[in-house]
Amino acid sequence: MSIGEKREYKVIGTRPVRHDGVDKVTGRAQYGADVHPTGMLFGAMLRSPHAHARIKRIDTSRAAALPGVRAVVTSADLPDQGSRVVELGEGAVNMRHLSANVLARDKVLYKGHAIAAVAADSIHIAQEAVNLITVEYQPLPPVLDVRAAMKPDAAVLNDDVRTEGLEPGDPAANRPTNVARRILFQKGDVAAGFQSADVVLEHEFVASTVHQGYIEPHNATALWNADGNITVWMSTQGSFTARQQTAELLRVPVSDVKVVPMEIGGGFGGKISVYLPPVAALLSRKSGRPVKLVMDRAAVFEATGPTPGAYIRLKLGFTKDGRLVAGDAHLAYEAGAFPGSPIGPGCMCLFACYDIPNARVEGFDVCVNKPRTNAYRAPGSTHAAFAIETMIDEFCRQAKMDPAEFRIRNGAKAGVRRVDGPVFDRVGMIETVEAIRNSEHYQSPLGGSNRGRGIATGFWFNCGLKSSVTATVNADGTVALVEGSTDIGGTRTSVAMQLAETLGIAAEDVKPTVGDTDTAGYCDVTGGSRVTFATGIAAVEAAKDIISQLVVRAARHWEVDPKTVEYVDGGVTGPAGKRLSFRELAATLHETGGAVIGRGTSSEANQGGAFGTHCVDVEVDPDTGKVQILRYTAAQDVGTAIHPSYVEGQIQGGAVQGIGWALNEEYWYDDMGQMRNATFLDYRMPTCYDVPMIDTILVEVPDPQHPYGVRGVGEVPICPPPAAIANAIAGAVGVRMRQTPMSPPRVLAEILKQD
Amino acid sequence: MRDFDYEAPLQLAAAVDLLARHSGAARPLAGGTDLIDHVRTGRLSPDLIVDIKKIAELNVLAADATGLRLGAAVTCTQVAAHPAIIQNYAALADSAQIIGGVQIQNRASIGGNLCNSGPAADSTPSVIALGGRCVIARPKGMRELPAEEFCTGPGKNVLAPGELLVEIRFPAPPAHSGSHYRRFIPRNEMDIAVVGVAAAITLDSQKQKVTAARIALGAVAPKPLLATEAAAELVGRPLTDDVIAQAAAAARKIATPITDMRGTAEYRLHLVGVLVERVVRAAAARARGEAIDYKPGH
Amino acid sequence: MAKKRVVQTTINGDAVEFLCEPRQTLLEVLRDVLNLTGTKEGCANGNCGSCTVLMNGRPVTSCLVLGVEAEGAEIRTIEGVACGGHLDCVQQAFLEGAALQCGICTPGFIMQTEALLAENPQPTEEQVRFHLAGNLCRCTGYDKIVRAVLAAAEKKRANV
Repeated sequence: MSIGEKREYKVIGTRPVRHDGVDKVTGRAQYGADVHPTGMLFGAMLRSPHAHARIKRIDTSRAAALPGVRAVVTSADLPDQGSRVVELGEGAVNMRHLSANVLARDKVLYKGHAIAAVAADSIHIAQEAVNLITVEYQPLPPVLDVRAAMKPDAAVLNDDVRTEGLEPGDPAANRPTNVARRILFQKGDVAAGFQSADVVLEHEFVASTVHQGYIEPHNATALWNADGNITVWMSTQGSFTARQQTAELLRVPVSDVKVVPMEIGGGFGGKISVYLPPVAALLSRKSGRPVKLVMDRAAVFEATGPTPGAYIRLKLGFTKDGRLVAGDAHLAYEAGAFPGSPIGPGCMCLFACYDIPNARVEGFDVCVNKPRTNAYRAPGSTHAAFAIETMIDEFCRQAKMDPAEFRIRNGAKAGVRRVDGPVFDRVGMIETVEAIRNSEHYQSPLGGSNRGRGIATGFWFNCGLKSSVTATVNADGTVALVEGSTDIGGTRTSVAMQLAETLGIAAEDVKPTVGDTDTAGYCDVTGGSRVTFATGIAAVEAAKDIISQLVVRAARHWEVDPKTVEYVDGGVTGPAGKRLSFRELAATLHETGGAVIGRGTSSEANQGGAFGTHCVDVEVDPDTGKVQILRYTAAQDVGTAIHPSYVEGQIQGGAVQGIGWALNEEYWYDDMGQMRNATFLDYRMPTCYDVPMIDTILVEVPDPQHPYGVRGVGEVPICPPPAAIANAIAGAVGVRMRQTPMSPPRVLAEILKQD
Repeated sequence: MRDFDYEAPLQLAAAVDLLARHSGAARPLAGGTDLIDHVRTGRLSPDLIVDIKKIAELNVLAADATGLRLGAAVTCTQVAAHPAIIQNYAALADSAQIIGGVQIQNRASIGGNLCNSGPAADSTPSVIALGGRCVIARPKGMRELPAEEFCTGPGKNVLAPGELLVEIRFPAPPAHSGSHYRRFIPRNEMDIAVVGVAAAITLDSQKQKVTAARIALGAVAPKPLLATEAAAELVGRPLTDDVIAQAAAAARKIATPITDMRGTAEYRLHLVGVLVERVVRAAAARARGEAIDYKPGH
Repeated sequence: MAKKRVVQTTINGDAVEFLCEPRQTLLEVLRDVLNLTGTKEGCANGNCGSCTVLMNGRPVTSCLVLGVEAEGAEIRTIEGVACGGHLDCVQQAFLEGAALQCGICTPGFIMQTEALLAENPQPTEEQVRFHLAGNLCRCTGYDKIVRAVLAAAEKKRANV
């Protein structure tokens, strides 16, 4: 269902079959683990059994001697990084930390931390060889809780980490610590704000670590060729950042590395950082053969980049007539083994849905002996939404105020300044709440016992960053489009549709290809909900470039002044009623100057941010604490839906990830920092038998910074679900959940406390 | 994966001989849905895997007036679809259709589930509640024992090297009897039982009082348990709320659950009570010939 | 190393003979020995369904089947679903219904759906969800997958 300010388009808004569809339903599509270059060896990794330990000695001799083993590498084979910090496209990266995460140096900092790798004739020989590597460890006490890690007497993971962002003169800034960063945002006068409040609520929240849960494990196949050129075939969300990271980690020129992005089986932010390519490349250099490394599922859980566990303390002040007037938030996010949790975004998102006059947000990035966290769909925002959206619901129930009305009254809109500074342009927060309030779901009564309904709103920025494309006109009137944005969810089609719309041709007449780092122009990551936006802009620019060239070519073909030629309605018109369709003109191009190639880039455009409001009905079994999702509706401001099916799909997928986060997903650690549930059996993601249909309402408030009004849609759907479900549980059985996941034992414990 | 050899004998005697000769270093393979994963993770280290699926005796599936014979290799899918099992040994069908999803059910066998001897096995409580007896082949002949004596601890059972489970035999169900298996899991499918309960109830000809009952508990002790006292609370009495609650309390007394990533001990104890009540009511309803309100996993 | 075995089987209707070690799973044989990479590995322990193939007509997780167990069996993989280059109802329904995003789970879901519809040509939504519970998808939230399966069932009934 779609509501909003719609323009009429020919291609945009339709639902063509995606260009890569046939390959994907026939098994022909080649994903990263499917490649098999001639002479390929299979690699396997040795990973730490300890959550925190010093490495005293590594002996690889028995492994190297096993028949069939062709190469063994350790961190000794990775070049030293010193204290380099490199800009890698989505922020500055400490190269020593990135390198140590790829292969541990003097310390292992989480169970599963990679230490060494072997390449052999078969995967089985490689695994046997890994078992023959002996490591002498000096185990250290693991630091597993974010609050414990912040204490001055906590064991320190990294000697080189100091707290950035403390007040000037704070002596703590010089001490080795697990607290890598402190952030502070302030707006207005928080003390006065609380003074003026009639109702003040304050609570603590805890969120467990959760993983993106992509079904395809990480993979990389590398060939370090005799001429020094390195080719990496891999599944990645960013071939250019993967290339740069790999080159920096190996300290070779960037142009020596070519990344060939294969099809990718899910990413959600977790396939941007590299783990395997440098290791595969080193094994290839030593063996002289291509080497394939694929993670097993346990390694994916233990040694890639889940989202942080978190502790949040939030205080909110309300007037009795339902105005949010003050907020004070303290957030501590677990970065994992090395600094770099999304504490910044978390702090920026927490109050973003509201026009709040007085607010303070203080956040900390904290190292703990868990895998180094990474982006997971609107990173940091879901944790924050869980806190604020449930406390607002608590106020609404107390004040007997409709939660939708509260959000409409206090919602962010154009002109509102966020706590971290930027002022909103035209945004659709209130529209999404109204869409829910007016929805059939929200309007229909919910009957039955132990049933409740909850709503929640979430926010994510969405990125602009840089993209570029080239597009060549074929003689038969089709266009070959080459772009560098790897396609996780159908973007090659949504980008092709924007090119087609601009040219006035059919989506089927555009042939999109995702190029590699040698054939495509630079594109920043497929992440940040940016591809349909930014690569779309680049495609529109390329189309305009083609159009301006076609005008000249038509004039040449007709032998008239180019000023008398116009491009209109998918073709060119000239003096005296001349007209050629795009296809007809394409057939003449070879005679008027050869190929017409359009190019386009996007680098300045930035997005306005996306809001989503979700509504969920649940039924709680009061004897077991189990929660069933009965009905789910998600409304989101999508700007303009290029391909509505894939926009709906992003919303549905994010919502179900959020449901998993809310109900059952968590990293379960024992006292020694071992993750005990590193399988899909016990890391419990929703199956299709766990969820109902996810109804979507596409609100279209066009983003003025995109020629067709596109807003990124991919991330914000994961922000509201945990809070919406907690609010529904409160309605169902009267208990307030402040910890995720809200698994049956936790819900039951709260129910029993009540009795 | 560890290196191992593989044999697929056609005769029972050949299989027993292979297992005896390798004296603990050989493991029988039925569905492989546990065994292959255990070998991959290093939990088990066999030198030889003996595929027993081609042996006729282990594929018996026959129900008649004398009872049910269930070969050790018969798959969950076959069990869940068998009309006589659905009708007369319903708890077994309940178990078979929720183990691990359709793909797993097409391979996994009830016999293998029993021999894997996981404390949370979904089919073992049903086998016990229905009075199953294990028929075991060994070099010197055969032996039999009640299913509740088969498992001895997590991953452990009475089978000595050279012994192979051939079939499980169930007595014919009395008139006015019904059975049910239900587990608690956090999702709706694909989880290991946090707690599992099976009950087989026989009612008198008026369908009022209980004349016989067997209750079995899974996932709350080192092995599945026959809850004798709990069942005794029901016998000779009508199934009032109080009577059922007493059975639930008696069941809780023998449960010794642990705290692990699937649940705390306290939570499991609480669930034992909840599930015993629900399962006993459902088994009794089936004994009365009524349909039950049961959605797997919910 | 245990001696490799010669295994004779039928794959997508064709007689196939391959060599494998006993410890190689059917999944590994399909992907690395026979170059049939359409079947995917997601978890190696039967919990995600992306390795689903049909064995003697029934869906199984090939990561938990040994290659040697395929002796004498009839195996069908995603590569054998389209007939003579033409997509079947299920494949078509997945495409038209946008029932895939990254596509890694899609071969498994299609195989599972083929088996479901062969056994139950008119499944309810509930039955579809129960039957597909062993196939994980992380991208779609399952909504469009379930709709595609129901649409394919409808189409099949209409064509008969």
